[in-house]
Amino acid sequence: MSEITFKIDKVEVKGKSGQTIMEAADAAGIYIPRLCTYKDLIPHGSCRVCTVMVNGRPQAACTQPIAEGIIVDNETETVKEIRKDIIDMLFVEGNHYCMFCEKSGNCELQALAYRFGIMSPKYPYLFPKRDIDASHPDIFIDRDRCILCGRCVRASQQFDGKNVLDFVERGTEKRIAVNAETNLAETDAAGSDKMVEACPVGALLKKRVGYATPIGQRLYDHKPIGSEIENK
Amino acid sequence: MATNLETLKKDVVDICKKCGNDRTKMMDIVRAVQKKYGCVSSEAMDMIAAEVSTHRIEVESVVSFYTFLSEKPKGKIVIRVCDDIIDKMANVACIDDTFKKELGIEFGETTPDGKITLEHTPCIGMCDQAPAALVNDVVVTNLSSDKVKEIVKTLKETGDPAKITHRHGDGINSNPLVHSMVRNNIRKSGDVIFSEYNEGVALKNAINQSPVEIIRTVKASRMRGRGGAGFPTGMKWEFTRAAEGNQKTIICNADEGEPGTFKDRAILTERADLLFEGMTIAGYAIGADTGILYLRGEYAYLREYLEDVLNKRRANGLLGNNICSVKKLGIFGKKSSINFDIRIQMGAGAYICGEESSLISSCEGLRGDPKNRPPFPAQKGYLGTPTSVNNVETFCCVVKIIEKGAAWFSALGSQGSTGTKLFSVSGDCKAPGVYELPFGITVSELLKEVGAQDTMAVQMGGPSGTLIGKEDFGKKICYDHLATGGAVMVFNNKRNILEIADYFMEFFVEESCGFCTPCRVGNVLLKKKLEDIIDGNGTPEDLDYLEKLGNTVKAASRCGLGQTSPNPILTSIKNFKPVYQKLVKPADDGMNPTFDIAKALGQSEAIAERKSVIFDTV
Repeated sequence: MSEITFKIDKVEVKGKSGQTIMEAADAAGIYIPRLCTYKDLIPHGSCRVCTVMVNGRPQAACTQPIAEGIIVDNETETVKEIRKDIIDMLFVEGNHYCMFCEKSGNCELQALAYRFGIMSPKYPYLFPKRDIDASHPDIFIDRDRCILCGRCVRASQQFDGKNVLDFVERGTEKRIAVNAETNLAETDAAGSDKMVEACPVGALLKKRVGYATPIGQRLYDHKPIGSEIENK
Repeated sequence: MATNLETLKKDVVDICKKCGNDRTKMMDIVRAVQKKYGCVSSEAMDMIAAEVSTHRIEVESVVSFYTFLSEKPKGKIVIRVCDDIIDKMANVACIDDTFKKELGIEFGETTPDGKITLEHTPCIGMCDQAPAALVNDVVVTNLSSDKVKEIVKTLKETGDPAKITHRHGDGINSNPLVHSMVRNNIRKSGDVIFSEYNEGVALKNAINQSPVEIIRTVKASRMRGRGGAGFPTGMKWEFTRAAEGNQKTIICNADEGEPGTFKDRAILTERADLLFEGMTIAGYAIGADTGILYLRGEYAYLREYLEDVLNKRRANGLLGNNICSVKKLGIFGKKSSINFDIRIQMGAGAYICGEESSLISSCEGLRGDPKNRPPFPAQKGYLGTPTSVNNVETFCCVVKIIEKGAAWFSALGSQGSTGTKLFSVSGDCKAPGVYELPFGITVSELLKEVGAQDTMAVQMGGPSGTLIGKEDFGKKICYDHLATGGAVMVFNNKRNILEIADYFMEFFVEESCGFCTPCRVGNVLLKKKLEDIIDGNGTPEDLDYLEKLGNTVKAASRCGLGQTSPNPILTSIKNFKPVYQKLVKPADDGMNPTFDIAKALGQSEAIAERKSVIFDTV
C-alpha cells in the first residue's frame, strides 16, 4: 500500500491508500466526531456527523477515501456548525430522556452534545410516537431513543451472523423492525448478541443491568467523547 | 383460511419461480403479489423470503419503502388522485370531493366492500392535463366532476379500470397496447428528439466505428446529461468503459418523478425506438450486454407497448445476441459479435429512485436507498458491475449525434450547453405541453412561446430547481446560467409563493428515504418553520433560521435529494423576500409567537375544571 499525505486542519497526516479520511485521522490521533460508524463495521454514511470539508466540498469522513494533497477541514466553524445542527436534529427527532436513561454517561449522542456544548437543542421537538418492544427476555428495543444509525443492523449481520433487525418504511416513518411477524422474542436474537452493545444510544438495551455503573465511573463522566482517539 | 393460504402459497411460488427465485428480482416479485392480492401480506412476505432464500425482514423492508406496495390490504382498484401544485391550481379539491362523495369514503380508505381504495399521490407526470389520476395503471386526465362520476360508475359496474378509457389521446396513445386517454401535447418539435427519425442509421454508423470512436464523438459534441445535473455524457461512458469488469450495464432512468416533468413520457410514447437505439449504441460504446429501462410505476400504462417494441427489435435482430447481423434487414450484412438486450424494470412509487444510485438499489431488488460514493456507479453499479445511468432524453440525443455528427449537434444550443432541450411546461399558460427548444433561449422567450401572461414566478427544474421571479426572466436557460432537467412550472400573479414552497417541502418530506439525518429531519424542520410563517407566527429572525438550516441540509445530505430539497425555501427567500417580510413580525413581548398558551393550558384546565388563574383564557 502506498503512502498518501494530506492535511487535516493544516496538520500534515500520512495515511495508506484505500483508507477513509476517518481511518487515517484516527490513526493520526485526530478525532472526527461520528455516530453511525463503529469499529469493524462497514461504514454507513447515514448520520452525517462526520461531515468534513474536502477541498471546500462537504463529504462524510467515514466513507470518503483519502487522496494525495487533499485539504480537509475538521474543526472549522462551518464544519462545527453543521455537526451541531445534525446533533440537534437527532435530539428533536426522537424522544430522548437523558435524565433517567440507562445509557446516560455512556451514550454517544449525549456525549457528543456535551463535547459540542449543546445545552438544549435549538430546533423544536417533534415528539414522535414510537413503539417499544420488550418481548424478548434479555433485550428491549426503545425506538424513542433510536437515531437510525443502523449499527445494530450491521452488527447483527457482520458480528452475530444473523439478520435480527433491519429498517422498514421511509422518511419520517423509517424505523428499526425485527425479522419476525410480531416482535423481537420471535427472532433468534440472544442477550449475548454483539448488536446490543453496538447501539450508541439507549435504543437497544440489555435487561436487568441498567444503572450498574455508578455516576463518576461512566465512560464519558470525566473525558469528552473522542479523547480515546486524541490521547492515543 | 387454510385454503386461502394454500392458494397464496401456490401463487407466490409461481411468481417467484417466474422470477428465477432470484432475490434481486424482488421488485418484480412483490409487485406481482401486490397486483394479485392488493397487498403483500405478512404471510406472503414469509413465503417470498423462503422461496428466494432471504430473510423476511428484507421483504418487509422493500415492501414498506415503496408507496405502490403495502402490507395492509387495499382494494383491487386503487384510485390515486394526483395532488401536486399544478393539480391544486386546477382545482383538484373539487375532484377530491366528488370522488369522496361518489365512493362514500375518505382519502386513505377502502370502500366497505373492499373493492376500491382512494389515495393521493404526488406528480404522476400529467401536469399538462391536470387534474389527473391513476386508476391502477390507467391514467385519467383533465378530470371534471362529471368525468369522476362516470369513472366511479363504470368501476362499480364493471370492476375493470380499462373500461374507463373511452377516447384516446394523440399519436401512439391510441395504439391498442397503450389504449390511453393521455395526450402528449408535443407543441414544438426541434432538430434532435422530435425531428425525423431514420431508424437504424445511427446504429449502423456506430457499429462501423470502434467504441472509443463513438465515445470520442459524444465527447466532441459536448453533450451533457439531460436529467438536470449536466454531467458530460461522453466522459461518463469513458469512465464506465475504462472500469474493470467483464460485465457492464446500461441503465435508462425513466423514473421522471420531479414534479412538473413529463417530457420522457412523450419520448417513451412517440420515440421508443429512438430511445432503445440510443441505449444499444451506449451498450456497444461502454461494452455492456445488459440494458435496463427503469420505468416509473406511474407509467405502467406504457409497459406493454414498450415490451412490444423491444420484442420487435429482438425479432429484427437489433437486440439480443450478435445484434445487427441479420441479413434480411440489408443494412448490416456481416455477423457482429455484439450482444445487448434490454429489460424493463418497473418502479413502485418512490421519487428517490430517480437518483441514480437509488435507482440501482431498486433494480437490485432493494429499498431505494442511495448508495455511498465512491464507488461511483461507473466503477461499481448494478450488482457490482460498472454501470452508466443516463436520462431518456440523453440516449435519444446520442442517436442524432452519431447519425449527424458532433459538429452538427454542437452547432445547436449554446457554447456550454449544446443541442436542444425538452421542456415540460405546465401551470399558468395557454399551451402546456412538451417543447423542444435549443439551449440558450431566455425564460421570457420560453414564456412567450407557451403563451404565459402576467407571470409572477417560474419554477425552473421542478421543486429541486430554482423559483425565479421577473428579474431573472432575461436569463438564458442552460447549464451555466439556469440549469434544468426540463420542468417549467409557470405561476401567474394570483398565486401564493409560500403556498408553492410549502407544497414542495411537503413533497420532499414525503419522498425523503430517511437514510441520512439532515434530509430526514431537516426537511421536516424547514417545513414546520415555513408553516409558522404562513400562519402569521413568524419573526424576522426566522428567515435567517431557514437559510442556515437549509444550508446545513444542502451541505450535509448524502444524495441529490437532500442536497436540493431546501431550494424551494432558499430560492423563494432569495427571489421573493418581500413576500416573507410582509408576513413576519418582531415578537415585541419577548414571547415565542408559535407558543399558544391557551392551547397549552387547555387540557389542564379541563381536568381542573377551572380556568388558569394567571392566564385566564377563553
